Amino acid sequence: MSSGTQFAALDRRQFLKAGSSTAAGLVLGFWLPQRGGRFAKAQAGEEQHAFAPNAFVRVAPDDVVTVISKHCEAGQGIHTGLATILAEELDADWAQVRVEPAPADQTLYKNLQFGSQTTGGSNSIPNSWEQYRRAGATARAMLISAAAKKWNVPKIELLADRGIIKHELSSRQATFGELAEAAALLPVPAGVTLKNPKNFKLIGAVRLPRIDCKAKTLGTAVFASDFSLPGMLTAVIARPPRFGAVVRGFDPTAAKTVPGVTDVVQTPTGVAVVAKSFSAARRGRNLLHIDWDESNAETRGTPELISEYRALLSQPGAIARRDGDCALAFSRAARTLTADFEYPYLAHAPMEPLSAVVRLSANRCDIWTGDWDISGVQDDSVRISGLKQEQILIHSLYGGGSFGRRGGDASQAVEIAKAIGGRAPVKLLWTREEDIRVDAYRPMYLHRLTAGLDEQGNLIAWQHRIVGQSVLGDDPGFIIDGIDITSVAGASNIPYDIPNIIVDLHTTRSGIPVDQWRSVGDSHTAFSVETFLDDVAHAVGKDPYQFRLELLSKDPRNKAILQLTAPAPMGQSLFAKFPRDRQVMQLAAEKAGWGTPLAPGRGRGLAVHYSFHASLAYVAEVTVSADGSVKVDRVVCAVDCGIAINPDVIRAQVEGGVAFGLGAILYSTISLKQGRVEQSNFNDYRVLRMSSMPTVEVYIVNSEEPPSGIGEPTVPPIGPAVSNAIFAATGTRVRTLPLSRPS
Amino acid sequence: MPVSLLLNGKHVTLDVEPDLPLLWAIREAAGLTGTKYGCGMALCGACTVHFEGRAIRSCITPVHSVAGKSITTIEGVAGPLAQAVLQSWQKLEVPQCGYCQPGQIMSAIALLSQTPAPTDDQIDSGMSGNICRCGTYVRIRAAIHDAASIHKG
Repeated sequence: MSSGTQFAALDRRQFLKAGSSTAAGLVLGFWLPQRGGRFAKAQAGEEQHAFAPNAFVRVAPDDVVTVISKHCEAGQGIHTGLATILAEELDADWAQVRVEPAPADQTLYKNLQFGSQTTGGSNSIPNSWEQYRRAGATARAMLISAAAKKWNVPKIELLADRGIIKHELSSRQATFGELAEAAALLPVPAGVTLKNPKNFKLIGAVRLPRIDCKAKTLGTAVFASDFSLPGMLTAVIARPPRFGAVVRGFDPTAAKTVPGVTDVVQTPTGVAVVAKSFSAARRGRNLLHIDWDESNAETRGTPELISEYRALLSQPGAIARRDGDCALAFSRAARTLTADFEYPYLAHAPMEPLSAVVRLSANRCDIWTGDWDISGVQDDSVRISGLKQEQILIHSLYGGGSFGRRGGDASQAVEIAKAIGGRAPVKLLWTREEDIRVDAYRPMYLHRLTAGLDEQGNLIAWQHRIVGQSVLGDDPGFIIDGIDITSVAGASNIPYDIPNIIVDLHTTRSGIPVDQWRSVGDSHTAFSVETFLDDVAHAVGKDPYQFRLELLSKDPRNKAILQLTAPAPMGQSLFAKFPRDRQVMQLAAEKAGWGTPLAPGRGRGLAVHYSFHASLAYVAEVTVSADGSVKVDRVVCAVDCGIAINPDVIRAQVEGGVAFGLGAILYSTISLKQGRVEQSNFNDYRVLRMSSMPTVEVYIVNSEEPPSGIGEPTVPPIGPAVSNAIFAATGTRVRTLPLSRPS
Repeated sequence: MPVSLLLNGKHVTLDVEPDLPLLWAIREAAGLTGTKYGCGMALCGACTVHFEGRAIRSCITPVHSVAGKSITTIEGVAGPLAQAVLQSWQKLEVPQCGYCQPGQIMSAIALLSQTPAPTDDQIDSGMSGNICRCGTYVRIRAAIHDAASIHKG
């Protein structure tokens, strides 16, 4: 998901109504005011019984504390993060904490920034921060009340410590589990006091094992592609050769001769072959004869699109930002610099290709999936099956990577289950070839940047033009005055103190599906801004670090900006709190030894970028061999993402973001020839491998600000830092990505 | 047509086509899902298993070619070296999404059994057939060094 959707229905207030009880212990439910009138009845039923989903935490008599995660775990560590927040306020012992994915229930488990039950935009932590703290603090207050009642002592004399309530004056203590049943019978306190962050024990702890580490090490973690049911069939879909092509007709005869193939059915996305095994389904698919109607298909390829985009680079677009008077400034400039950039379409290519298992009956549809768009899958499944929303039960499993993929496709399995009349459970698997060829891609973009310098070498004018498709499409709620904020994020909100700025956008249209890809718009804008700024620094003979320091000496939030088109709620967060960007840059430069000499053939590059409410600076060191091959040796990162919930997870996300971003800028491209995607697997859609992985050092700034997410903002600065390092080593600048292209 | 093999130390007979990739025999016929499908072309290493102690890509290995032979999957790894690797993986919190990790671990065990104290370069060349899109490479490298030192004792 995107930064662009962060402005949807901000609703952080929750009303905690009541948690009642069963013998199974304490369960807490939260109710949201706009669905008022629903009174809390919590119950620790083990299946999706009417009241059980209403809970964020369950304390059982056996001392197990179960945290219900409303966000999907695809590797980013959100199960651990949410559990840490709740367990902190509860004062649970980390060893007693488990995590259970929430069922589909938008009322209870919606993302408070997006307004639906969905995971993305690096907002899982920020939107849940207060909610999960309150849940933990409330449960703790009730356990303390139960102990106070049991021992007939004032609550103030009690304390909670690692899963135990203690009364030190009388040397009495009881575990959470021992108090759970009594606590569940008590009224829920109307207000609770949250901890002073100075007293955090789990939040910020140096060592807090990830909840999912053991199962993922031993191979016992269950992904949707691993899940199976008795009598289950497996399906693969033959998909259109070009985007927009539809099935005119098909001949299933040959496919049906394959032993094990049970059904060949048309679905909205192609023709599905259903069989007793994956191999049989795939063999059947290879024998299908499909007549595709390509009359409405996209037939343009990358060369055609690039020449159309190039023509737009010299025409004014919709204005995303305007400061001062750029036209006047350029007319007075002593010199100008200009540069064009080309960014390819990119596939997400998570290691687990998409998959989902569906069991459909007359009155119920169960879906097992790692899909992050729980509400989207549920809504689509209602439409497909004709069942009611509460009859669509989603069992959230680990996602084998996402990066923006795995958002809503699970409902395709419901279409197949329906087409075979719900006769058997169905697992839908995507092959890697489908994953690469039929993705919704990071859009291709072209940029043109122009800088104006006065006689003294001051940067007086900055023009940034972007051409490409809109990820948010035609949704009127997200497009303002022709601007999709996700196309220009990271370009229109540059923090640099330049008197005259203009950023404009041409939103193009094509039949090639596009979607959010880890860090969305910032994945390309940061590269243009941060490499071009280096070019300007070199042009005026300044050190790129010193040059940035000068440009980051004023708070951009105090600048008189004539126009900055963004959805209103984003206005507060378009820039980092001053001087955070400057501080992370200084920290990274210091830790990396900026300015110290390097051997010939080596270079050091810097980039700083704020996105998704986090500021990161990277210093990259590269070695360029005589044959021109580039090795990135070392990356030093400084990050300020507010309060660091799990520092080790943050470090892991930075390491991963470096790898993800580096693979993209060095190797990855999706190209099209006459509308057909040319890549199909990891041989031609190249990604980073171990041999190209630099060492990564991460320095986290101490902060008392509310936490941001960390998945997406780790990606944008790596590309420009590496490009700047290559320039420092060689004096060569490549602005067409990927940097390394097959000859 | 039944194919027999020694899977994780147990004799199993699987009713599969002889040219079926071993990966699908393991996952669908034997029901062991720790071994993953990632590419089907030996490009990503998610399907890595041990054949007579060596790492192979099960997605391109016809099951008949290993008939009667010993295959070990992540579910069946044992012994001090494997234990050291599993321990180091958890100590250094290597996994993120976790999908590629069984394959990474199988490659790491095979590497360490050949090269008990690998250099960074040896790790890089030994592990570059295994892709991780979450980018856990830094920790994989560190975990292999850690396991090497534990195993050496």
